[in-house]
Amino acid sequence: MDNKVVLDVKNLHVHYITDDATAKAVNGIDFTVREGEALGLVGETGAGKTTTALSIMQLIPDPPGMIVDGEIYFEGNNVIYNTDKENQAMRGNGVAMIFQDPMTALNPIMTVGEQLSEIVITHDKVSKAEAKKRVIDLLEVVGVKSDRYDDFPHQFSGGQKQRVVIAMSLLCNPKLLIADEPTTALDVTIQAQVLDIINQLREKYKMAMILITHDLGVVAETCDNVAIMYAGQIVESGTVKDVYLNPKHPYTRGLFDSIPKLDSDATELIPIEGAISNAADLPTGCYFHPRCRYCKDICKNQQPPVRGTDHKFMCHFDLFSQQEGE
Amino acid sequence: MENNHNKVLLETRRLKKYFPVPAGYLHAVDDVNLTINRGETLGIVGESGCGKSTLGRVILRLHQATSGDVIYDGMDINNFSDDEMRKMRQKMQIIFQDPYASLNPRMSIGQIIEEPLKLHKMYKTEAERKARVEELMELVGLPMRSYNQYPHEFDGGRRQRVVIARALAINPEFIVCDEPVSALDVSVQAQIINLLMDLQRKMGLTYMFISHDLSVVKHISTNIGVMYLGQLIEKAPKNDIFEKPLHPYTIALLSAIPSTNVLKKSKKIILKGEITSPINPKIGCRFATRCPFATEQCTKETPQLKEVAPNHLVACHRWQEVADGTLKYE
Repeated sequence: MDNKVVLDVKNLHVHYITDDATAKAVNGIDFTVREGEALGLVGETGAGKTTTALSIMQLIPDPPGMIVDGEIYFEGNNVIYNTDKENQAMRGNGVAMIFQDPMTALNPIMTVGEQLSEIVITHDKVSKAEAKKRVIDLLEVVGVKSDRYDDFPHQFSGGQKQRVVIAMSLLCNPKLLIADEPTTALDVTIQAQVLDIINQLREKYKMAMILITHDLGVVAETCDNVAIMYAGQIVESGTVKDVYLNPKHPYTRGLFDSIPKLDSDATELIPIEGAISNAADLPTGCYFHPRCRYCKDICKNQQPPVRGTDHKFMCHFDLFSQQEGE
Repeated sequence: MENNHNKVLLETRRLKKYFPVPAGYLHAVDDVNLTINRGETLGIVGESGCGKSTLGRVILRLHQATSGDVIYDGMDINNFSDDEMRKMRQKMQIIFQDPYASLNPRMSIGQIIEEPLKLHKMYKTEAERKARVEELMELVGLPMRSYNQYPHEFDGGRRQRVVIARALAINPEFIVCDEPVSALDVSVQAQIINLLMDLQRKMGLTYMFISHDLSVVKHISTNIGVMYLGQLIEKAPKNDIFEKPLHPYTIALLSAIPSTNVLKKSKKIILKGEITSPINPKIGCRFATRCPFATEQCTKETPQLKEVAPNHLVACHRWQEVADGTLKYE
């Protein structure tokens, strides 16, 4: 069970600093990803999911972005101190990323084959012919026919393009794949195809994955573990089963109550009141307290502690432990 | 029959909208017959490019239909003059997906909500209009201090409240909601869904609710229509769609929804084959290229939408076998 740790993030803080304000996008998060594990990173717009991913990739736009504290160990090496050259070597061979929008992730004036071979040639210093062979093999794995090697991106449909992007990220056998909303721009039937491919490939290459999404359903069907983010913090984390069956943070509960369920006929959804706080003007105490229905005085003044060991949550109170019979 | 006539608010007959493209005609809406009853919500689901937004716009005559009729409250509005149509629009409104693009950034919230009242000359004095705007703001849950604020000061959820208040300003009966919550985060999405349902109860509104999110559509709708490449392929009361879908595409679509239920893993139906092009489509069922049950008949003869059970309409040659359970996905 205890596979090797591929990624270890410790106390990461990332700020975007401008003349007017400092937006605190990520505020002290800790997590690890092991070999072969799939971690779902869930949260709403502005929760800091993508900033976390970009920090791991060392792609935070600087300025205004800055990692102000913390460590990111990839295979035991703190990437924050990497040189540009080391970063280039890590991206592709070590960590690869799939972006949300397949339309903007591909160069419109290069054929798909060219841009994929370029990656193999740059990273692995192989001949053009060999690169082409590898690209065609992998395109076939993701379900793109080899005769499309010379087509341009605009000739592909959205689902096909996302397959090309997935093939692109896997060309150099990464140890860790970061998928940032990989299916959000796709239709559900195509989403099912793409998730199916990602799952098969993960098993085949024993790859670790961080799946960033706002869709709790996608996480339930793809991931082993889940971390719920709010205002730049991980407010709850654990195995998908533990967190989904027995959510312990009021925010996680709120998320589940606000989505309509297909297998229930509830007439009223229970939304979370208000909206996420501005990252440049975070409240004191618990960041969730202005929207929390269980808010007490202590929540307004003090940051809550992290409770639990495997199933962790960040709250002053253990609100939901008694009512579960087990 | 008489009674039935009264119930129907909107009906489309053989409604078509083709867009000219270099390669021919794109059949965005192709031969759609549907009815919406007063006070109900008809959910329209389908994937991108299936024509669901175009259908909403053709119904409101934001696009002129290529052929076919739109009958609203017994009147064929497709042949209305611009003047007549302007009066009709007091009864029919639309809420768009993107609350960022549908508000003028240089107008204050008060001005935005007031504008339709001015356009339709509904109140004589400014004071009366202001009182109406404040009433609307309260109705959709906007604080009074927002009156002089501007859209950029608002997040997506509050902007969508402004859009809703503006749509309601002139007391419409019928609102096309085109993906009204798709751009919002789930916690805020629930606020807006509750608001829409609450307003429907209070004001007796009729909705056509267009969305690609099936769980949202199930939550809000009375009846659901499923579209595929410009055609309505199945329509039924919502529970029938979810419990006994008859069209193979509906079945695949439902199975593809990611579920948060971690105890019961459902098997996904992964469709193979390419999606047919909506440009000059051939005769036959448009889903046939991806349908594992397609026969020769399916490629030669276009299935017509017909009522096979009370209020349950489907356009499939083999629906009977699906209903009997003899045709099943593996």
